[in-house]
Amino acid sequence: MANVLVFAETRGGSLRKVALEAVTAARELAAKGGGEVHALVAGAPGIAAQAERLQAHGAQAVFVCEHDAFAQWNPEAIAALVASRAGDYRVVVMSASAQGRDLAPRVAAKLRVPMVSDATRITLEGDVVTAEHPGFTGKVVQTVELRSTPAVVSLRPGAVPPVEAAAPTRVEQVQPAGDPAASRVRVTETITGNSTKLDLGEAPVIVSGGRGMKAAENFALLEALAAAFGNAAVGATRAVSDDGWRPHADQIGQTGRLVSPDLYIAVGISGAIQHLAGMRTSRTIVAINKDREAPIFRVADYGIVGDALEIVPKLTEAVREARKA
Amino acid sequence: MSLKIAVCMKRVPEMDVKFRIASSGMGIDETGLKWDMSDFDGYACEAALQMVEQAGAGEVVAISLGPDAAQETLRKALSMGVARAVHLKADPMPFDGWVIANALAAELKDGGYDLVMFGRMSLDSANGVVGAMVAELLDLPCVTSCSRLDVSEGAATARRELEGGAELLTFPLPAVVTIDEGIARPRYPSLKGIMAAKKKPLESKPAELGEARLTVTKMALPAERGAGKIIGEGPDAVPELVRLLQTEAKVL
Ligand SMILES: Cc1cc2nc3c(=O)[nH]c(=O)nc-3n(C[C@H](O)[C@H](O)[C@H](O)COP(=O)(O)OP(=O)(O)OC[C@H]3O[C@@H](n4cnc5c(N)ncnc54)[C@H](O)[C@@H]3O)c2cc1C
Ligand SMILES: Nc1ncnc2c1ncn2[C@@H]1O[C@H](COP(=O)(O)O)[C@@H](O)[C@H]1O
Repeated sequence: MANVLVFAETRGGSLRKVALEAVTAARELAAKGGGEVHALVAGAPGIAAQAERLQAHGAQAVFVCEHDAFAQWNPEAIAALVASRAGDYRVVVMSASAQGRDLAPRVAAKLRVPMVSDATRITLEGDVVTAEHPGFTGKVVQTVELRSTPAVVSLRPGAVPPVEAAAPTRVEQVQPAGDPAASRVRVTETITGNSTKLDLGEAPVIVSGGRGMKAAENFALLEALAAAFGNAAVGATRAVSDDGWRPHADQIGQTGRLVSPDLYIAVGISGAIQHLAGMRTSRTIVAINKDREAPIFRVADYGIVGDALEIVPKLTEAVREARKA
Repeated sequence: MSLKIAVCMKRVPEMDVKFRIASSGMGIDETGLKWDMSDFDGYACEAALQMVEQAGAGEVVAISLGPDAAQETLRKALSMGVARAVHLKADPMPFDGWVIANALAAELKDGGYDLVMFGRMSLDSANGVVGAMVAELLDLPCVTSCSRLDVSEGAATARRELEGGAELLTFPLPAVVTIDEGIARPRYPSLKGIMAAKKKPLESKPAELGEARLTVTKMALPAERGAGKIIGEGPDAVPELVRLLQTEAKVL
């Protein structure tokens, strides 16, 4: 029997979408291996309420660990907790989010096993766990075999859309491993941006601007376009984050965020190889650029040649109309 | 204040090429590739040099595991200002990050470093595991993906970017940190630096390699995108774009 353990990510006391993605991916593995999906969630007292949505997505057991020292991200104590419970599972699934990337290698090392990050696909055939994982700045897809028990994998956000599937569940309170208040690394402050703003990793649509936007103020046009879509986030190139027009955290590319939305609209972006590395796996790409020869047009499904500052407001209007209809 | 910092750096191919898959189907074809220090490791190296410069005393040591050619990467670090370098010989480069982490940890263990620095991830493996694994092996506090780092006597503060936010952290030294891009752009080695590097110590010894349990079974190029299509010019092309997004791409 091959059980699968999911570490279910929360922030500010609620589950993140990536937790449900991880449970959904785990379900398929557990089904293949004839085992169960178990989820582990940790947080400040009250986090147990989050178990419900994990159950709704098919977790057959939810382990809840509540502690005051889990009010903030506490990587040392959470890694100790996950590792203390993970030993008997065939696969441990986390998300390749900021939190999961911080956590997963610590857990793997505590269990003395290798791991693979940012998998776009995880499979279990017989007793063999394999994962697909983009390397070389997304230019090569590596299929890897994890010959360890457990196999530790982090899943690329967005790679597996969450699907509900209620299962009969038990919820169990569990104890932390060691004293979570004794961690050497302490988060002193969590700065949240506008919480109604969609994250780049989760938004189905990304509107992204480059130096062709001409000035920081003009990004208001892209914010308006994103608002017209209703499910969009705004990204940027390194040229733009270097100039301080947009925060570094919004940078997409080789040294920024790796994203894969349904729709990526590149506005005033030349399409440098380092930028493409972060977005070329988007399902549909639109480019707006005044230079017909700009390399971005070579990866764009649909291109418009012209001045972004004229085209974007028209597009915003048209998208708003289309969504009204 | 005096700071002793180790920076672990990996030699990787330059990424601005179209890769070819080797005939084995399990690796990339390395013919004609150019190689360099992995991006984030360059940021880590620069950040380390700046911290030691600011502290006024101390040294930066560069460590790289890989084939003999990894020494080229170490020479570059020496020419940037690193004091000495250690090459852990492993040919071919292991793929399993846990194997690499163990070999690096064995070298770092008795080094007396205040800080051990890594890149957030290496560009070829894109895994981002080695730094945190080394921290566990050495039982050191660890902060990953630092976009800011301030070190004082015996302690440090850092900032990490999150999806739609950031967190600020404090931790005691010695510690392990992995470095994100925002932190510092690597300096170009000066001619003087390049000359000086030739005389700096570069020690080479075999890496202590354990059994690999993460193996590549296949490497492939991602599906090609169809050739792009320019649908029109200026604002007049907007209605056609919206129509295509609705009927063809079905994203609106
Ligand atoms: C090691 C390394 C790592 C890097 N990592 C990243 C990364 O992670 N992400 C990233 O994005 N870059 C990265 N870069 C930088 C990258 O090489 C490019 O410099 C950058 O992406 C260019 O940004 P841009 O397209 O905004 O600017 P530019 O290349 O200057 O392009 C601006 C574009 O706007 C168009 N334009 C101008 N005016 C208008 C107008 N009125 N209307 C419409 N279009 C207009 C121009 O035709 C041009 O194509 C990296 C570089 C290096 C060396
Ligand atoms: N062969 C290596 N030699 C030295 N440092 C390495 C090596 N491989 C990885 N590292 C370090 O570990 C970081 C993360 O690598 P990875 O886990 O492969 O993404 C890199 O940015 C380097 O700092």
